[in-house]
Amino acid sequence: MILRLALASLLARALTVGMTILAIALSVALFLGVEKVRTGAKASFADTISGTDLIVGARSGSVQLLLYSVFRIGNATNNVTWQSYQDIAARGDVEWIVPISLGDSHRQFRVMGTTQGFFEHYKYRQGRSLEIADGLVMEDLFDAVIGADVAATLNYGVDDPIVVAHGIASFTEHEDQPFRVAGILAKTGTPVDRTVIVSMEAIEAIHVDWQSGAKIPGQSTPVEVIRQMDLTPKAVTAALVGVESPLQTFALQRAINEYPEEPLLAVLPGVALQELWGIVGIAETALLAVSAMVVVTALIGMMATIFSSLNERRREMAIFRAMGARPGTILGLLILEAMLTAAIGALLGLALLYAGLVIAQPILDSAYGLWIPITAPTIREGVVVVAVIAAGAIVSFFPALRAYRMSLADGMMVRT
Amino acid sequence: MPRCSTCGACSELAPPVLALSEVRFRWPGRTGFSLSLSNLTVDEGETVLLLGESGSGKSTLLSLICGTLLPVKGKVQVAGTDITTLSGGCRDRFRAEQIGVIFQQFNLLPFGTVADNILLPLQFAPERRKRAGDARAAAASLCRELGLPDEVFTAMARTLSVGQQQRVAVARALIGHPPLIIADEPTSALDANSQAAFLELLFQQTSAHGTSLLMVSHDPRLADRFDRVLRMEEIARIERVAA
Repeated sequence: MILRLALASLLARALTVGMTILAIALSVALFLGVEKVRTGAKASFADTISGTDLIVGARSGSVQLLLYSVFRIGNATNNVTWQSYQDIAARGDVEWIVPISLGDSHRQFRVMGTTQGFFEHYKYRQGRSLEIADGLVMEDLFDAVIGADVAATLNYGVDDPIVVAHGIASFTEHEDQPFRVAGILAKTGTPVDRTVIVSMEAIEAIHVDWQSGAKIPGQSTPVEVIRQMDLTPKAVTAALVGVESPLQTFALQRAINEYPEEPLLAVLPGVALQELWGIVGIAETALLAVSAMVVVTALIGMMATIFSSLNERRREMAIFRAMGARPGTILGLLILEAMLTAAIGALLGLALLYAGLVIAQPILDSAYGLWIPITAPTIREGVVVVAVIAAGAIVSFFPALRAYRMSLADGMMVRT
Repeated sequence: MPRCSTCGACSELAPPVLALSEVRFRWPGRTGFSLSLSNLTVDEGETVLLLGESGSGKSTLLSLICGTLLPVKGKVQVAGTDITTLSGGCRDRFRAEQIGVIFQQFNLLPFGTVADNILLPLQFAPERRKRAGDARAAAASLCRELGLPDEVFTAMARTLSVGQQQRVAVARALIGHPPLIIADEPTSALDANSQAAFLELLFQQTSAHGTSLLMVSHDPRLADRFDRVLRMEEIARIERVAA
């Protein structure tokens, strides 16, 4: 009955209590939303590359190798010679190897030279393959396949010509050898979306007239001549490797790292991704902290509301006292009310979160390649809800204590 | 003189329902106000009117009787127990068990139903709850006896007129038959006709259940209905020292 009266009392103050509940609900939804996006982003991040057992490049740091080979951020300090690449490819424990050659760009997008094997072996989001949305995988020497973001940003269609610039953010263009858009990849939510993919031979071809990063003055080899040349690459930037058996991964990694002819580095993509997330993760922790502060703010708002309601509720408390309620009962009643408010707010927040997820899920996926799975509330979310209720009890303790003192002084007679 | 309401023969044996002796109270912290009262008794089944102007210490006296205030010295005996010897929590429980309280107005929790309001004191008084038997039925029959329509029983308290609310307050004070009812100007919010009807109902109920009534008022016109009339200024001394 006391519980029912507490509920009825809350209901009688529906407007203010409703606003408090709304504030708590929104803050809880925000907090849990950030948490969802955070775990979703982490999962999406970890899903950037899958199916590849080792990434091989010149010796540097594992995060750096991951950044330039997979995320196309920054540059390789060194290349891997074609000879070393061939040696690795020839090993018995290597099932497949895909070379990557980086260094050129088209507008703001990186150009990546690779082989057909890339389309076959590059996997993302737990084993999904790249799909061609329009056109075909490159067949001709001067064919390019572009990622979904490249096509969307630059408004390219199949058969459009593109000119590749030398280096990154460079004004020197390989204008003698224009490419043709052969195909456009479907959106993946990975850095592939922002990449122009050409063949390894094409990378060689556009650099025929170049030496040490500069164009040889006056020299311009006609395209027809280039087509006749031997365009075997001299070096690759990195290589993606798949092993015959997962058990061989570490042995192969060690063999590559101890390769005597050249300083090389082989990293496990998962380990490197984790290491990189450890750096990026500080930002997400900050975001989580900010949204936790929002929850705290909402709870303090509730505390303020309870404080301001105390005076108008003196009569109510005096009635309870006259009927034999102890001051402690008044204290408990106020804390109970606050816990009910916080509980309704937190559960409403959870409901808002799921409603928001249902609406936002397809939008986030198509716009940011961020896939947030809708699953049943996790224990973690349950803990958040319980924590909010507990925090509601704690913050309401202060106004409740004031009510306790007031009702002790007032007794059953309200003095104004 | 003490008397027993049932036969009057055993007058010397029936203990008074309320007995205050040599009580002195001073507001803590405030130097200005103190109240001393040498003797006040209310016998079983007796109705006593305590007349006093506002500011004469009536509310303080009622708080002392109900145990929400403690005197500096003296005895406050309710139903034979000196409540000054009880702890705070015990006094609250004791009040719930032994005393029905009716205020001037705003007696009810506006968001509760009439039934909730009437049954509320039983929440804090297990003995009184037992005495009430089937509490809901007892509450409903009290309502009928007080002339409240049946549909009022489940209505929200705030939807009732002031007169109806005061009658609900009487029902709440009477439920479980506490030996003493304290009423603090319960008629002041009512017009003259309603006042008479209200008092009529109140007296019917107290005499039917043998309940003692101590009513505080500033209105001497009510005096002839009571067994005894006391004047605040005659029984208590108030001191106000300018701080």
